[in-house]
Amino acid sequence: MSSALSITGNIHDWLYGAMPEWAASLVEMVLIALVYLGIFAIAGLFLVLLERRIAAWFQQRLGPNRVGFQGLLQTMADALKLLSKELTGTNRADTFLYNLAPYFVIISSLMALSVFPFTQEFQAFDINIGLFFLIAVSSIGVIGILLGGWGSNNKYALIGAMRSGVQTISYELSVGLSLLTMVLLTGTLQLSQIVEVQKSGWLIVQGHIPAIIAFMIFMISGTAETNRAPFDMVEAESELGAGFHTEYSGMKFAYFFLAEFINMFIICAIATTVFFGAWLSPFGITESIPVLGVFWFMLKTMLLVFLMMWFRWTFPRLRIDQLLTLEWKYLLPMNLMNIVIMAVLVWLNLTIKF
Amino acid sequence: MEDTTVKSNFKSEEYFINMGPQHPATHGVLRLLLTIDGEIIKKVEPDLGYIHRSIEKMCERDSYQQIVHLTDRMDYLSANINNEAVCLCVEKALEMEIPERVKVIRTIIGELTRISSHCLWWGVMGMDVGALTTFFYGFRDRELLNDIFEETCGARLTMNYNVPGGLMFDIHPNFVSRVKEFITHFKTKIPEYDRLLTDNVIFHKRTKGVGVLSREDAISFGASGPVGRGSGYSCDVRKYHPYSALSQVDFNEAIRTEGDTFARYSVRIQEMWESLSIVEQLIDNIPEGDFRIPTKAVIKLPKGEYFQRVETARGELGVYIISTGTKSPYRLKFRSPGFSNLSLLNHIAVGGKIGDLVATMATLDLVIPDIDR
Repeated sequence: MSSALSITGNIHDWLYGAMPEWAASLVEMVLIALVYLGIFAIAGLFLVLLERRIAAWFQQRLGPNRVGFQGLLQTMADALKLLSKELTGTNRADTFLYNLAPYFVIISSLMALSVFPFTQEFQAFDINIGLFFLIAVSSIGVIGILLGGWGSNNKYALIGAMRSGVQTISYELSVGLSLLTMVLLTGTLQLSQIVEVQKSGWLIVQGHIPAIIAFMIFMISGTAETNRAPFDMVEAESELGAGFHTEYSGMKFAYFFLAEFINMFIICAIATTVFFGAWLSPFGITESIPVLGVFWFMLKTMLLVFLMMWFRWTFPRLRIDQLLTLEWKYLLPMNLMNIVIMAVLVWLNLTIKF
Repeated sequence: MEDTTVKSNFKSEEYFINMGPQHPATHGVLRLLLTIDGEIIKKVEPDLGYIHRSIEKMCERDSYQQIVHLTDRMDYLSANINNEAVCLCVEKALEMEIPERVKVIRTIIGELTRISSHCLWWGVMGMDVGALTTFFYGFRDRELLNDIFEETCGARLTMNYNVPGGLMFDIHPNFVSRVKEFITHFKTKIPEYDRLLTDNVIFHKRTKGVGVLSREDAISFGASGPVGRGSGYSCDVRKYHPYSALSQVDFNEAIRTEGDTFARYSVRIQEMWESLSIVEQLIDNIPEGDFRIPTKAVIKLPKGEYFQRVETARGELGVYIISTGTKSPYRLKFRSPGFSNLSLLNHIAVGGKIGDLVATMATLDLVIPDIDR
């Protein structure tokens, strides 16, 4: 265990020594929650900035570069502005559901964040059904979108929410099945174990052809699940104004907005964990320094995030029926075939291991 | 959900939604009353009048020189071609002989205006189908043209460069070289447009077979410009009633027969190439001579009726003047392309999805001040 990671151990020992067990575990939980809230906020704000800078790069403009060094504080300033904004609403809206919706979205992404192995031992919640938990938790978010759309008393919001419902339910199948393909290879759902398996080669190499197919399906359906272009039917600003969050303002809007970026991060982090060996360095070059695992994890995730942003700023949007056709007629059958191929591969022991 | 505007033939599964007057896809203050069943459009009723400024009535008050600058505010994206239409009509009525130089410059600026309008349309078209980056690419190239116009006549959008009898100023000394630079630049950019949007498979899926308009319908709805030509209706005023220097140049009329959104899109892309070729043919031989022939300070048209049509970036613009011999027209009527093109929206959008409506509307290339006047 390295020095940085032993700090957490020291704090743990100190807490349990200084107070009764129930209080210690409570304090520890709160501390961990705060750390993850911090990660959540910083990652969200940073990703918004990254998206804006990358969009600017694609679009031959400069993007935000005035507030702070290279615009690093721009999103912070935006968030402060949103904090000071009035929270508006519509007449005859279902106020309870309307107010509840942002929390569903944000809580689902926060919970999903907790299971990622950022590096060795840096994982808040290592349960044996980690992957399953991720899929389950990340699908709670759609409830928030549906509630927001329904509670707003706005037809544009409702259309957006309904589109979101139909889209997320469809694409969840593909997300789940493509991850299941990889589980066939690892034989475990626990994320730390999945990383352990990859010490003899990243899964995308181990599983070669079916793994690459699964990765592509996962990225496509992951983009769809996070409601990003080219699958941003939910917002589709040229069709629906702002979609499900048309009636939200101030911090409630910011929750939706941040959650969208965190969800993108989560999808990319899952892909990193399952396909690209999470915090493992390429060819084990920095295996002796586990702290660098965070760097590798983030690097891989950010490359995938960049890929998703590349999609967004290049592709036109699909139509809702084409979106469903893509899932039900192409991705799903392909996925089922792929599972069989992977099963055969594992059975005949044709995987590549170093 | 409560509906405030319930129609008598309203079925319970259908609902009503207001698209506009403030909506990103209507590009202005067009209000569409949509009747929708789920995602499927059942009825589209355009509701106009949000930007009506009674330009035609104002024309009855103003002198002919003043009328020209009102036309800038109709279809502001092809402002220069609108100016030209009024000037040509007045010149026709006065039976003036316009110098060759003026004709050539008018044609060049007109075609550049068309390119600039199509650039903006292309950017916005991409944005409407969800590809936001196109917007900036289109504007990047349009900016170069605006700079050229600014140098020549001081204005970038509403140029008011034509006056009855010629042009307000001579071209700027840099004009020829800068236009040539633009031609070389833009020839590399249209293929870039194709790579980014035209060849994209999602874009094909979104546009092919969507919003199909048959040739017969195009004619009966009075469609003109790229909308009519996308349906195989050969209606280019520049070919059939050449004005200014258009009879001297050799160009092809861009025509597609499919009649769908993609056909209208392709026609406009093709038109950019044709306009470039027209400019290229003329730019090297701008004849020497006067840029304007003097007119009386107060122009009075002889009693009678005069009509002139031109091809704007959106289609056929007709100017119909009834004069009683006074300093302003007794009645002036603009036949604007956008109005007839909008009228067929309900015909081609019904049965499609909301996304189809937006894509279709983008290729109709509506400019609302042109429709409302």
